[in-house]
Amino acid sequence: MASTAITAGAEPVFHLEEEHAHAEGGSTMLGFWLYLMSDCLIFAMLFAAFGVLGGNYAAGPAPKDLFDLGLVAVNTTMLLLSSITYGFAMLTMDKGRVGATQGWLAVTMLFGLTFLSIELYEFAHMIHEGATPQRSAFLSSFFTLVGTHGLHVTFGIVWMVTLMVQVARHGFIEANRRRLMCLSMFWHFLDVVWIGVFTFVYLMGTLR
Amino acid sequence: MPETLTKFIFGRLTLESLPLHEPILVATFVVVALGGFALLGAITYFKLWGYLWREWFTSVDHKKIGIMYMVLGLVMLLRGFSDAIMMRLQQAIAFNGSEGYLNAHHYDQIFTAHGVIMIFFVAMPFVTGLMNFVVPLQIGARDVSFPFLNNFSFWMTVGGAILVMASLFVGEFARTGWLAYPPLSGINYSPDVGVDYYIWALQVAGVGTTLSGINLICTIIKMRAPGMTMMRMPVFTWTSLCTNVLIVASFPVLTAVLTLLALDRYVGTNFFTNDFGGNPMMYVNLIWIWGHPEVYILILPLFGVFSEVTSTFSGKRLFGYTSMVYATVVITILSYLVWLHHFFTMGSGASVNSFFGITTMIISIPTGAKMFNWLFTMYRGRIRFELPMMWTVAFMLTFVVGGMTGVLLAVPPADFVLHNSLFLIAHFHNVIIGGVLFGLFAGIAYWWPKAFGFRLDPFWGKVSFWCWVLGFWFAFMPLYILGLMGVTRRMRVFDDPSLQIWFVIAAFGAVLIVCGIAAFLVQIFVSIRKRAELVDVTGDPWDGRTLEWSTSSPPPAYNFAFTPVIRDNDAWFDMKRAGYRRPLSGFRPIHMPKNTGTGVILAIFSVALGFGLIWYMWWLAALSFVCLIATAIGHTFNYHRDFDIPAAEVAQTEEARTALLSAQGARA
Repeated sequence: MASTAITAGAEPVFHLEEEHAHAEGGSTMLGFWLYLMSDCLIFAMLFAAFGVLGGNYAAGPAPKDLFDLGLVAVNTTMLLLSSITYGFAMLTMDKGRVGATQGWLAVTMLFGLTFLSIELYEFAHMIHEGATPQRSAFLSSFFTLVGTHGLHVTFGIVWMVTLMVQVARHGFIEANRRRLMCLSMFWHFLDVVWIGVFTFVYLMGTLR
Repeated sequence: MPETLTKFIFGRLTLESLPLHEPILVATFVVVALGGFALLGAITYFKLWGYLWREWFTSVDHKKIGIMYMVLGLVMLLRGFSDAIMMRLQQAIAFNGSEGYLNAHHYDQIFTAHGVIMIFFVAMPFVTGLMNFVVPLQIGARDVSFPFLNNFSFWMTVGGAILVMASLFVGEFARTGWLAYPPLSGINYSPDVGVDYYIWALQVAGVGTTLSGINLICTIIKMRAPGMTMMRMPVFTWTSLCTNVLIVASFPVLTAVLTLLALDRYVGTNFFTNDFGGNPMMYVNLIWIWGHPEVYILILPLFGVFSEVTSTFSGKRLFGYTSMVYATVVITILSYLVWLHHFFTMGSGASVNSFFGITTMIISIPTGAKMFNWLFTMYRGRIRFELPMMWTVAFMLTFVVGGMTGVLLAVPPADFVLHNSLFLIAHFHNVIIGGVLFGLFAGIAYWWPKAFGFRLDPFWGKVSFWCWVLGFWFAFMPLYILGLMGVTRRMRVFDDPSLQIWFVIAAFGAVLIVCGIAAFLVQIFVSIRKRAELVDVTGDPWDGRTLEWSTSSPPPAYNFAFTPVIRDNDAWFDMKRAGYRRPLSGFRPIHMPKNTGTGVILAIFSVALGFGLIWYMWWLAALSFVCLIATAIGHTFNYHRDFDIPAAEVAQTEEARTALLSAQGARA
């Protein structure tokens, strides 16, 4: 429509006759991407802090003394699986199967909760051994980076519960589909960040 | 038992926290309290609460939110400037053994508060307000992408301002300088609430700033009228886009670094401590990775204002539009590659310092290109020296000096001499006052008729202009000289009596600026009184060139009755030239967002959360956090956020305008 308006012949067109409504929520995906990138920058700062301080043990415990890679591998698996099951939730949403979507969301949430439980167990174990966030700059940056990720997962779960209630109430209306899509992006984003944490903090930390 | 209970309820807040021993603060409190009561009383007496709540506080209209941002900026300017004049007075008299009238404890808070307030709560609201008001109008949109988020962002900014203002009378503010470098800002050296006020005020306001950045990017990318390609956007919209990209790409850094500082202070971690492997210089790096883009966040929109003003008042198309756009984008990118020039003295070595010195100098190239573009726009133009144009010329003369001293400071060896001296202070006031503030006054004078339907009174505007410009030169040229003589910043008393004359001249400049601010307020007051005389019914008082001048002043809630179609950079100028006629019939219902009070409520809980954290009232912090989350979730259960303005109502509004226009005999 715009192009015809510009190239129209004798009588120039200066406005649209019909109401030009921007689709409801048409900017939401772009906006949510931008939010995710801003959140990504927060993680970037925490990674940078870990990069600078990660070797400052202050005569305290080092990654080798603390990290149980087996446990972390299990944990990583939980989060990766939760991403897959969220993907299934989205696929069933496209088919319009409310029950199946709710089921997959519940499974995703279960994986998320398992992830959090394992993380909390790991934290508790470390603190019990005296490896507290106050002990050294390395531990400060470790707990902050991993903890911030965990907090995000927690918020993701709260959000998921909210959306499950809303889907149960209103079904797959446009707004709910959009919200599920946003949460999907958020959830996969946390997965990507965790890959960074796993590689950069745990694997490379153990190699240090 | 009662003592533990008091401690539980009030945390570390006691009666001693109230600064009753500081006569200056008590007097200020009395004045503020009386003024506040008078204002609240007047609002109640004239039964304006309902009106304010329905039409303004809960409004999601970008124009009203923009105006509220401007009001916030103006109120905070008065506070920030009171701090400035107190410092100038102190420094002018604290010689020959005199201690001046401010003790160290108070003086250190004043210079910190001055910096924080002027950047975060004056310049930022002004700039955001201007972008909010103008951008949707310039791109032919009905509102921003996320109108509710816009309202919420505004109230979070207000929340931050409230926390800073509270620190004046309840407790104290930081005594660390405006960026709160550790270890001084750590819990060991600043155990009081000052730094906590700083942290939580900026965190609350920062949420608002980041979200409004995302909002405006989406608006500019997604909501442009048909035909407006990226390279047909007005320059102000372009600079706004770049500014908001900078906001989204830098404010999270501030959020992260302040969170780490908060963890050091509250949890006892060791990010920026001197013990257990902490690294204070990491804070300085991180905060300037935010801080340098921040100064471009402030100046870029004003470069846009100057472009619009120069082109309009020279009666010419802007010279070098494409180069202007690319210069803006280059500045946006380069602003991330210069942060280390704020601390060449850190000792990172010659190679690193050279890199950052050179990138800093390179920024002057696109900036210089802009300067020439404005000059060439004026060249052979029919220049009308209305107020906005006067501010623009003053900017060009003043800013060039600031730019040159900036390039001088970018030379690392020179910086080793001038670091933390008054030369630096003079430099950044030179670019912020001469650039940002002059630009804001140009923008306010330029768009005021659009916002309110009448012009600002030119006489008082000129009084304000001359007081500001002369005041600036008197206040800051002495600081350049003092800086070259080696005087450092943030000093409370001086030993060398030969320096005093320069500080007296600077104080005189500050007094001139007081007159400038007063004249500006008088200008607004007089203009409102004389609004019938200054009225503009055409909606296009300056013979404007961009789309915002095509609609009425003030614009209707829906901005444009029909979505405009754009054929040229200067869309409105093109429309006028091609014989545009206002459509008079065929109106359709217009879909608009509904007002909501959720933004105000969320901001109130955020302030309560901040206050609880500052004073260690853990119950308050926990409670307000839970309420915050619950309100946010509750808001998502509201699916009915829009309504339609009926076609009849649109027709009525437009007919009223037609009647006004024909009464004036103006072009229908």
